[in-house]
Amino acid sequence: MLGYILRRLLATIPVLFVVSVLIFMLLHLGPSDPAAVIAGDFAQPEDVEKIRVQLGLDRPLYIQFGDWILGVLQGDLGSSIYSDMQVSALMMQRIEPTLSLTITTISFAILVGVPAGTFAAWRAGSLFDRGVMMTAVMGFSLPVFVLGYVLVYLFALKAQILPVQGYKPISGGLWPWLRSLILPTLSLGMIYVALIARMTRASVIEILGNDYIRTARSKGLSTPPILIFHALKNAAIPIVTTIGVGIAMLISGVVVTETVFALPGLGRLTVDAIVRKDYPVIQAMLLVFTVAYVLINLLVDLSYSLFDPRIKYQK
Amino acid sequence: MAVQSLKKTVAGTVRMALAAAALAGGLTAPALAQDKVLNAVPYADLRNLDPVWTTAIITRHHAYMIYDTLFAMNSKLEPKPQMVGDYSISDDGMSYSFTLRDGLTFHNGDPVTTADVVASIKRWEARDNAGGALANATESLTAIDDKTFELKLASPFGLVLDTLAGLSGPFIMPEAVAQTDPFEQVKDYTGSGPFVFNEAEWVPGNKVVYDKFEGYVPRDEPADGAAGGKVVKVDRVVWSYLPDPATALAALQTGEIDFWEAPPADLLPVVEANPDTEAGVLDPFGLIVILRPNHLYPPFDKKEARQAMMYAVKQSDYMTAMVGNPDYWQECPSLMMCNTPMETSAGGGEIMLESDMDKAKELMSSVYNGETVVVMHPTDHPSGPTALLTADLLRQMGVKVELQAMDWATLTSRRSSKNAPEDGGWSIFHTRTGVGSASPISHSGVAAGETAWFGWPQNEEVEALRAKWAAEPDQAKRFAIMEELETLMMDTAPFVMLGQITSPSAWRSNVSGMLSSPVLGFWNIEVE
Repeated sequence: MLGYILRRLLATIPVLFVVSVLIFMLLHLGPSDPAAVIAGDFAQPEDVEKIRVQLGLDRPLYIQFGDWILGVLQGDLGSSIYSDMQVSALMMQRIEPTLSLTITTISFAILVGVPAGTFAAWRAGSLFDRGVMMTAVMGFSLPVFVLGYVLVYLFALKAQILPVQGYKPISGGLWPWLRSLILPTLSLGMIYVALIARMTRASVIEILGNDYIRTARSKGLSTPPILIFHALKNAAIPIVTTIGVGIAMLISGVVVTETVFALPGLGRLTVDAIVRKDYPVIQAMLLVFTVAYVLINLLVDLSYSLFDPRIKYQK
Repeated sequence: MAVQSLKKTVAGTVRMALAAAALAGGLTAPALAQDKVLNAVPYADLRNLDPVWTTAIITRHHAYMIYDTLFAMNSKLEPKPQMVGDYSISDDGMSYSFTLRDGLTFHNGDPVTTADVVASIKRWEARDNAGGALANATESLTAIDDKTFELKLASPFGLVLDTLAGLSGPFIMPEAVAQTDPFEQVKDYTGSGPFVFNEAEWVPGNKVVYDKFEGYVPRDEPADGAAGGKVVKVDRVVWSYLPDPATALAALQTGEIDFWEAPPADLLPVVEANPDTEAGVLDPFGLIVILRPNHLYPPFDKKEARQAMMYAVKQSDYMTAMVGNPDYWQECPSLMMCNTPMETSAGGGEIMLESDMDKAKELMSSVYNGETVVVMHPTDHPSGPTALLTADLLRQMGVKVELQAMDWATLTSRRSSKNAPEDGGWSIFHTRTGVGSASPISHSGVAAGETAWFGWPQNEEVEALRAKWAAEPDQAKRFAIMEELETLMMDTAPFVMLGQITSPSAWRSNVSGMLSSPVLGFWNIEVE
């Protein structure tokens, strides 16, 4: 198992290198110039040129790339060319809202999606089942920002029980933190609830038709243990895969949610950096997202053996 | 009975949960709960903190919070002393003596001295257009003692006070900070202005916090524009960057924010209909919108093609497409900003108010040889719709047009290219510019020589008139020179005026004391 993990981790190195080169080239071969953005609308052309030189953007691309990759290998992700702050410091400032939103969203999606899907499978064809599937289709179809605005209208503007925007750090109290995350979590979570509920339903329905389920019923087990310990456990692999994919998809989902609810997270940091062509921030963020994506996939793969002991990872 | 019992159980559970949550929140309630906080949403996110390093307006807003200026413009664009207490001008207008007023201290407690002033002026002069013009006319700038400094001119320059009161500085920094290379950002944000920048709480892209500077001594006069007594009436100002206008509107409606600098025009009816919120124009001058042709390449290297654009446009069409509500735009038959002292229609600026397509076609056809004109279309910028109208007018004139959609950041990069339009260059872009366009020295579109802005017009006559205008101390004579310059520019058409817009702000009804001013200041504002 350890050997498998090491092999997988080593395999990420060329992936990260290729991603680094691609990101760097795509950014630097694009038409935008951060020096022009920094200088402002009324700057003189020669000022733009001087800023470009001062930022080192006039150097050959391979030298700029070499400097950057050398810094990354030494743990230095560089500094924002706008605020002059270390990218690592910017990321630390922004990581809490994104992690909080990710955790609450996935928790919400699992806590609602798995039971709803399981129950719908058990009562397949019933009114409840149809209701769950209808809600799931809506959850899929409704864009995050539309649902976000509707929830803000209902709970912030009309009922005035939840805030419109902003993030309260958990150090400021559990309730203020949770309160600031309820609407973003509901908006972002609906699509994952739908995804997980549908996958759970399909997997559990398939398992419920197996002989060992019939055996469990015939030996007198009640429905809850059958559903939880026999059906759900054996249906877990596709569900866990879906959850893993869901977490990876959250990377793009948080960007929109963080914008609508003005959460100062990593998603907004990335988008703002892209808009302003803040190269060091974009490069670092995309690298971090790539690492996160690779690690999530690895964790999902490793979790398979927990649910199915037949799966072994060879040395 | 069972239902009653269930209700009691549920109610009890909810009460317990709420009590626990309140306890969890209350344990760490902020100590500053009693403070008066003004929550504001500026038009953009503050990324750069050095007003010399960038010309971004949001950085200028920041500079007015934490720095003070020697002179400042009042609401009528008249220069008034700010940090300067007394000043005198020699009879020949070639020597100025300034004395700083009492009580000026930096946020770290150090007194402001003339050494700080001289260093700050020199750094600013190295980057600012108007500052550069002053530097060219200066023989010496000397600190006489800690409170008095002297400026001696080498050549006549009638705009010394106007330049020192310019909206983009000079902002006074401590000497050690002001010695930073003008092409590098300062890293120390100590100023002597009415607010202290709270660096620890700054989250770029999200939040900027300013605390009241208790040591600030305001002038005795009432606040007027950027001038007068900057009396701070709140303990703290928090700028939150809300990129989504719908979210900002909802936050204003619920009272999560108190002030919103630039709501989009289409959301203003909602603000105005709500009894708890108000909207109004704070900057009476606003912005002018211009079309800038590239003078380096055909057909706009010929003045007939540029004149054709002046005849083709109809300002009200552009303004309607860009703003809509006529309360927030006006026609402007001048190449200088309207409602300012240098507004003039000498040279026949009225031609830009009504389209004369026959004349435009005649002029264009006299010089057009089938070149493709590249119009840059910034899809994420308020000036975006103007590019569509211009492309349509050009097509009506029989010109081959390539309308290239891009984001504003790409446009600002692309416009610095001197390549031919078909080789990564450009032919036309549109933009907005503020009250700097009230003066031919700071108006980006007017300069026509080595210091010319993107588009690169070359015209020695224009430069000579600009210099003559800057040297003239008498306002009436300066206006006469302006009329001469305007007439010349209407003939050479360095750019086309498309109209003037004002940008309303919105605030909660419990906020008062906003100033009518071309700069956004948070002094004088009260929150009930």
